[in-house]
Amino acid sequence: MTISIDPQKTNNESLQPKGWLRYFSFSLDHKVIGIQYLVCGFLFYLIGGTLASAIRIELASPMSDFMPRDVYNQVLTLHGTIMIFLWIVPVVNGAFGNYLIPFYVGARDMAFPRLNAVAFWLIPPSGLMLVVSYFIEGAAQAGWTAYPPLSITTPQSGQIIWILSVLLLGGSSIFGGINFIATIIKLRRPGLKLMQLPMYCWAMLGTSLLVVLSTPVLAGTLILLSFDIIANTGFFNPVLGGNVVVYQHLFWFYSHPAVYIMVLPAFGLVSEILPIHARKPLFGYTTMVFSIMGIVVLGLVVWAHHMFTSGTPPWMRLFFTIATAFIAVPTGIKFFNWVATLWGGKISINSAMLFSCGFIINFVFGGITGVALAQVPFDIHVHDTYFVVAHFHYIVYGGTVFIIFSSIYHWFPKVTGKMLNEKLGILHFIITFIGFNLCFAPQHWLGLNGMPRRVAEYDPQFQFVNQISSLGALLMAISTIPFLINVFISARNGKDAGDNPWNALTPEWLTSSPPPVENWEGEAPLVEEPYGYGKEISEQK
Amino acid sequence: MTTLDSSKEIQKNNSEVNETHEDFRMFGLITFLIADGMTFAGFFAAYLTYKAVNPLPDGAIYELELPIPTLNTILLLVSSATFHKAGKALLKDKNSESQKWLFFTAFLGIIFLICQLFEYFHLPFGLTDNLFASTFYALTGFHGLHVTLGTLMILIISWQSRIKGGRLTSQNIFPLEAVELYWHFVDGIWVILFIILYLL
Repeated sequence: MTISIDPQKTNNESLQPKGWLRYFSFSLDHKVIGIQYLVCGFLFYLIGGTLASAIRIELASPMSDFMPRDVYNQVLTLHGTIMIFLWIVPVVNGAFGNYLIPFYVGARDMAFPRLNAVAFWLIPPSGLMLVVSYFIEGAAQAGWTAYPPLSITTPQSGQIIWILSVLLLGGSSIFGGINFIATIIKLRRPGLKLMQLPMYCWAMLGTSLLVVLSTPVLAGTLILLSFDIIANTGFFNPVLGGNVVVYQHLFWFYSHPAVYIMVLPAFGLVSEILPIHARKPLFGYTTMVFSIMGIVVLGLVVWAHHMFTSGTPPWMRLFFTIATAFIAVPTGIKFFNWVATLWGGKISINSAMLFSCGFIINFVFGGITGVALAQVPFDIHVHDTYFVVAHFHYIVYGGTVFIIFSSIYHWFPKVTGKMLNEKLGILHFIITFIGFNLCFAPQHWLGLNGMPRRVAEYDPQFQFVNQISSLGALLMAISTIPFLINVFISARNGKDAGDNPWNALTPEWLTSSPPPVENWEGEAPLVEEPYGYGKEISEQK
Repeated sequence: MTTLDSSKEIQKNNSEVNETHEDFRMFGLITFLIADGMTFAGFFAAYLTYKAVNPLPDGAIYELELPIPTLNTILLLVSSATFHKAGKALLKDKNSESQKWLFFTAFLGIIFLICQLFEYFHLPFGLTDNLFASTFYALTGFHGLHVTLGTLMILIISWQSRIKGGRLTSQNIFPLEAVELYWHFVDGIWVILFIILYLL
């Protein structure tokens, strides 16, 4: 059975609001939805960043003097939840995925446009709910992991709102995942083979598989947790005969893949950006594809490495240590492929490239500490210390957020038709890179010396290093200013970009900037070699 | 001015390029059902883990009675067959016959729910009595929610199939096929649930 594209739909679409108003409408256009995800995510990033600043101000002195302790717990819980579920996951999947995937597969929109809009509009209400819960009876206090029995014994209303909000965000994520899988597998332009797709498509396919397979388990777990809180059941309450370790298993069955849900799309995006700015084909396309799929499979069977101190039996420790060590292999392959892509290339040093290179440096560091953390003896020593905090911020901030900024510098001309200011961009990169490393590198030392995470008070001997870290956080906060100035000024008065300012070969650059409503004037181009750089231009056309 | 131009252009393009694509709604539904199945998988895993590592106190062990759940299993399996009949009839353009089969399927679903409630009211344990009781109600309740939604959807499509040439015809059979797949999925989950919860 076939469906012809309904001309009625296009008419409806042209009846939708124009200009900036369309970003506040239930638009079905994947490009509008992508920007909605990005801007909404960035607003929550500013909120989450403010909370992070509050945490670092509190930790600048060893005493709990900036805010009450229970507020500190709420702040760190909100910071984690907002950054993961409202900034990184929606932006790196929803924003770039929605904007780019239909171009990459040569389609006019996503497979299920209406589902796509629903998936986006679940995010603002659940995010607001989470933020507002702070002002009602206090937000959740049990950290973003919501481990029982802590999450059962802390004030109920905040925890319940937290669960509801995460459930809605999980639903949004699953709808998005279904849409990406259907778009990549089923909506490819005739003649376009899977192995000709740009790498971001593969990354999003892998990510979406993880979303579809693991997010529902989190949803089920949180429903059980809410029963424990509201209905006084004992699933995870040891007093009533329950088992807290079962919660940890179910939770990490989602939340470890969630790490890959946050970082795999970034792998895809960096694989798009590097070849264009180094003027070289992506090194090792096939190995990249197999590494992504290898990470997907292995990513589903490594979750218990978060639980080495939860009384896990020896066989479980052995299995999960080995599986986690194995995951370093595909990740390492990708790292070497990126370096090899840069090797001998005609590299242009611009903001997008700098942020991508920053990503490679930070990510390899976070990866090495990750392999270290997979080793049981080491993990038991540093479990729940600042070493873990440093490790995952190197992955999610030094890795994914650097790539989000890199991608904004790279695709801003596509979305607006204007270039971002390079000087401000490079300034943004320098402050971010120095601030980030100043903030999180010292935390490795803190963790190794035994400073626990999630505390408002600590041993005074750690004060100096904590102040260095807080100074870094201050720089990170300041780094947002040149970026915001840059975006606001360039969107109005930036240099005209033309259709293809980077001379790129990937499909999204082969249409006008900004693109027309249905992406292409006429038929979608067939791009068989998205990374065919270094050949004569005439040869490609 | 520019907006007018661009909307004209789109219409022009649309009339020039008469594009078609495969119907992949079923593909999307299957992906969704895999996700839904993972929720159940999480519940089953939790239940089996509890069974293995959290033994109940001696007084709390209770053998579940089998007649009602066995009857329920038969009801759901028969309803899967009757649903299939409804689809066959609709493909032959026999709308009223199809509608009869759909009503019969929905009727079996409702009987299932009534039996389930009857069982709930006659069980000697409540939701918060012990870990087994909580897991039992969570699993069967979550499945019952699926049956309720399925029954409602069957009633909706049987309403749609009442007129020849209406919204549900042999030409546009997707709504029926989608609900049918969902219904088979819910049946399959019940069979696994029956084996794990009642027989093991």
